[in-house]
Amino acid sequence: MVRPFLKLFAVSLVLLSGLARAADAEPVRFALIDPLTGPMSVVGQPALAQLQFTAERLNRDGGMDGHPIEIVGYDNKINPQESLVQLQKAIDDGIRYIIQGNGSSVGSALLSAINKHNQRNPDDRVLYLNYAAIEPSFTNERCSFWHFRFDSHVDMKMNMLTDWIADNPDVKKVFLINQDYSFGHTVSESAMRMLKKKRPDIEIVGNTFHPLGKVKDFSPYISKIKSSGADVVITGNWGQDINLLIKSAAEYGVDVPFLTYYGSTPGTITQVGDKGVDRVYLIAEYHGDFTDPEIAERQVSLYKEKGWDYYPRVAAMLEMMKKAGDEAGSVDPLAVAKTLEGLEYDAAGGHLTMRAADHQLQMPLYLSVLKDNMKYGAEGTDYNFHQVARFDADQATLPTTCRMRRPD
Amino acid sequence: MNESLSWWRPVAPWAISALVLVTLPLVVAGNGTFSIINVVAINIVFALSYNMLLGQGGMLSFGHAVFFGLGAYGAIHAMNLIGEAGYDGHGFWAFFPVYLLPLVGFACGALAALVVGWPFCRRAGTAFAMITLGLGELVAAGSQMFPTVFGGEAGVFSNRMVGPVWFGLELAQPADVYWFMAFWTLVAVFAMWAFTRTPLGRMSNAVRDNADRLQFIGYPPRNLRFLVFIAAGGFAGLGGGMAAVNYEIVTPESLGLLTSGLALLMAAVGGLAVFYGPMVGAILVTVMNSLLSDYTDASILYVGLVFLAVVMFAPGGLGGGIEQVRLAWRRGDLGAHLPGWLGGALAVLLIALGLVSTIELVYQISHGRDKLARLLGLEPDPASPLVWLGIITLFAAGYGVARVSGRYREARA
Amino acid sequence: MLEVIVFSTLNGLLYGLLLFMLSSGLTLIFSMMGVLNFAHASFYMLGAYFAYALGLHIGFWPALFLAPLLVAVLGAVVERFGLRRVHENGHVAELLFTFGLAYVIDETVHLLWGSIPVSYSAPEALRAPLFSLFGTDYSIYRGVTMMIAILMFVALWFLLKKTRVGLMIRAALTHGAMVGHLGHNVPRLFMGVFAFGCGLAALAGVIGGPLLSTEPGMAQSLGPVVFVVVVVGGMGSLLGAFYASLLIGLVQTFFVALDVSIGDLLNGLGFAVDPYGEVTGITLASIAPMTPFILLVLILIFRPRGLMGELEP
Repeated sequence: MVRPFLKLFAVSLVLLSGLARAADAEPVRFALIDPLTGPMSVVGQPALAQLQFTAERLNRDGGMDGHPIEIVGYDNKINPQESLVQLQKAIDDGIRYIIQGNGSSVGSALLSAINKHNQRNPDDRVLYLNYAAIEPSFTNERCSFWHFRFDSHVDMKMNMLTDWIADNPDVKKVFLINQDYSFGHTVSESAMRMLKKKRPDIEIVGNTFHPLGKVKDFSPYISKIKSSGADVVITGNWGQDINLLIKSAAEYGVDVPFLTYYGSTPGTITQVGDKGVDRVYLIAEYHGDFTDPEIAERQVSLYKEKGWDYYPRVAAMLEMMKKAGDEAGSVDPLAVAKTLEGLEYDAAGGHLTMRAADHQLQMPLYLSVLKDNMKYGAEGTDYNFHQVARFDADQATLPTTCRMRRPD
Repeated sequence: MNESLSWWRPVAPWAISALVLVTLPLVVAGNGTFSIINVVAINIVFALSYNMLLGQGGMLSFGHAVFFGLGAYGAIHAMNLIGEAGYDGHGFWAFFPVYLLPLVGFACGALAALVVGWPFCRRAGTAFAMITLGLGELVAAGSQMFPTVFGGEAGVFSNRMVGPVWFGLELAQPADVYWFMAFWTLVAVFAMWAFTRTPLGRMSNAVRDNADRLQFIGYPPRNLRFLVFIAAGGFAGLGGGMAAVNYEIVTPESLGLLTSGLALLMAAVGGLAVFYGPMVGAILVTVMNSLLSDYTDASILYVGLVFLAVVMFAPGGLGGGIEQVRLAWRRGDLGAHLPGWLGGALAVLLIALGLVSTIELVYQISHGRDKLARLLGLEPDPASPLVWLGIITLFAAGYGVARVSGRYREARA
Repeated sequence: MLEVIVFSTLNGLLYGLLLFMLSSGLTLIFSMMGVLNFAHASFYMLGAYFAYALGLHIGFWPALFLAPLLVAVLGAVVERFGLRRVHENGHVAELLFTFGLAYVIDETVHLLWGSIPVSYSAPEALRAPLFSLFGTDYSIYRGVTMMIAILMFVALWFLLKKTRVGLMIRAALTHGAMVGHLGHNVPRLFMGVFAFGCGLAALAGVIGGPLLSTEPGMAQSLGPVVFVVVVVGGMGSLLGAFYASLLIGLVQTFFVALDVSIGDLLNGLGFAVDPYGEVTGITLASIAPMTPFILLVLILIFRPRGLMGELEP
């Protein structure tokens, strides 16, 4: 009976001494606070896999300013309150870089908690690296020196989507369907505002909100879309909600383009399959053509190793962190944050700039559509998103209202 | 026992608890440990308030989180008011310390129970269970519709470092919050214990045991249930107020079925029939939840299995077990019972080990990773028959020990 | 507008019938044993997963029959070795037992099949449109689902009212001890009913899995609604459960389909209110998921025996 405990003790000793040995190049640790279990783990696990995958490669290249990069996953079950518990755990474990992406509600809680932490502990600052919580206010009214966003926010993506619609004279009627929470409402408001400006002749024939993650049968919503006679549907749905929406649409023979923010949510392609071909559009930082052979090779080996697809912006985020650490000559959060401001980087999708004014990454965006028989399929299928249009970073950019307060 | 020590007996548990609470910070260190302790404190109050309904009043509720959550929302809004009043220093809230927010939580919880409770308390049993389930789902779903009150998915957040500070008691770090938690837990536990000693507390036991008889002797059970319901709602709200100060955020999840289920889980695992049972349950379940989830993805499954095992094999819960041991010790025949009980514990341990190994191996097969096994320095190969033979041996040994010790216990009884 | 009404009616009926399939088993169990089986929806989920797993090897149709059978056996085991054991500790203990069981089943499904939805779908032939109305397709599978549900209702009604077993079940409901004294094995009857009820839930899962989605959260999302059906329908009343299911199905679907807010309704009734206020701006669509629970609370307050029930729970 005692043996397992002795073993546990021995293992922890080995672990500790392992840490001690690497003292000359102590690892710099990043905490990923995202859903790692439960139904929403499909959006957290790929990020974890990508981070670990990229960290291994960067570590072979000397790590971040000579420190090996280590990724630690913290499961928040996509609950804002649990996220704060995990944040505290991560900080107690000595981690100073917090990565999070899924759920603007979680992002909002983390943003405020990290601001409070840095205010209460001026000698012990923490950085928040955000790769997918795209509520615009995070880099506008609520902008913070401690927050960096590595994804384009709702308005930037909508700006490009509506540009594309505006150039498409056939589109006369647009239907908006979104999840009934802050993010869904932001998408809907953004769409209405921009369409009104760019194409006042377009009629918004529907603006529906459904409960987040609770709808199992989208049929009633589909008949609404159908009867509205919409030419295009815009949705910010993610997770299960995008998946079932598209499935239902296909079943009822609704044959209009769905412009999505998260059509590439893992599981969607498997579930939707051929029903989604030429129907699901995606606005994102890259596409599924993998024209860059180096990235294509990484996609193949990541899927083979971990069973998840390549996550370009997560990879780019970690690569930028390495660059910032190397340039700052330190892994101290404050020094790294100062270097990150204005940092430029060439990633798979193009040239990236971390705008100093609001810590919003400026990046090119791609509109792509689901196709079959792709050279590099997603989720082990031969479906993937094929590029339809590319928008340069200076086209996608938007001004900010942020008045950044920097520490001395 | 010694006559001259009789005054000591009722005081002892409280004196010892207070002593433990005061010395705890000398023993433990690190904000992480305090974070867990603080959550334990909240859950102790929550689980005890739940047991006022189920254990003492015989009312099985699936909506207790509503009062916990509303108490938390009340406290967090009050915290924001304190923050705002701090700018000009005028008004009631400018003089209200954050330390007293659990009182706001209590008021909100009790008020909510007062408003909705009357029609609910007509019947106990399944009808009560269902109507509270309905209430819980209703409030949880309805909270999404009023973002200005409930904050939508993101919830409402606030900053606890506002308002007047008494005696230099700041609430910056989890270690500071510990004192706040210790104080309120002690107050709440004492108040709930005192409640069981009041005539109302005694009557609630009578309603549980025989509502009809109470009706005949002139105490309408509905009135009694209603009063207990309000008190339990108030203490749940107090727990909610503590949670609001601890997390500085309240989300609609805190009103939902999962949170209600947590209270039920903690109370039942700890034991419904013993006053301190839910406290034991709160400690165990909270620690299990927060520690296990670091090492295994099956943590919820383990909590569920523990709960199921308690319901099936130990209806008295952990508290019931402790009470049995205590009584035997007092009677002086602990020595006679101990081998049987230890045998039973060994059997549970063996079977649990077998179960854990099975679950972790299946996880390894289906998910391809297993942190728990790696932590123990084991690299079991799920394809190897030896591993499975080992597991079967564990189960068989556990079963054998259970049979033998069971027979031993029967022979002694 | 007409097409919205037609399709909402069809969808509402379909959802209601699925709900009925799921809750009919629970109505039986609840009325006979007094056990509100919290894990009932978990058996429904197991049905869908078993059918998916079996279907990979033996095809859709054999799995359709085999999966409910397997779940029924599992239900019998649960009753024999779990529920019967806690029965002596009263209804609360039973409720707690099924509550824990739901946790364990849900997590086990998670463990075995992962957290992502599995691709369980109807055979290609059934996915073809049955008819096309206003340019919208209605698949054969939906038609088949409705038919199976209605057949099931008729068969159950016949079983309860016209057969010896049904007579025994109805007798055991009101006079359990008497049935025992007459020499019938009441515990075995209980086991049979429990297994049968679980099998019915599993059948609903097998049919509903491809329509909705087969994922580990499917039990949790439907579980509470099933209670509503049983309680609102009334204890022991199959017909009540049937009406309650259809009512909930139709109300939910129509609320979603109508683009009307509370303010619009009040304005229509002659009150002058701002249709975009915090309360008045709430749309019926967003109230839809709450409607079953509003119904539950109202019924329990004003008509505790349910729509068609004879006894209070």
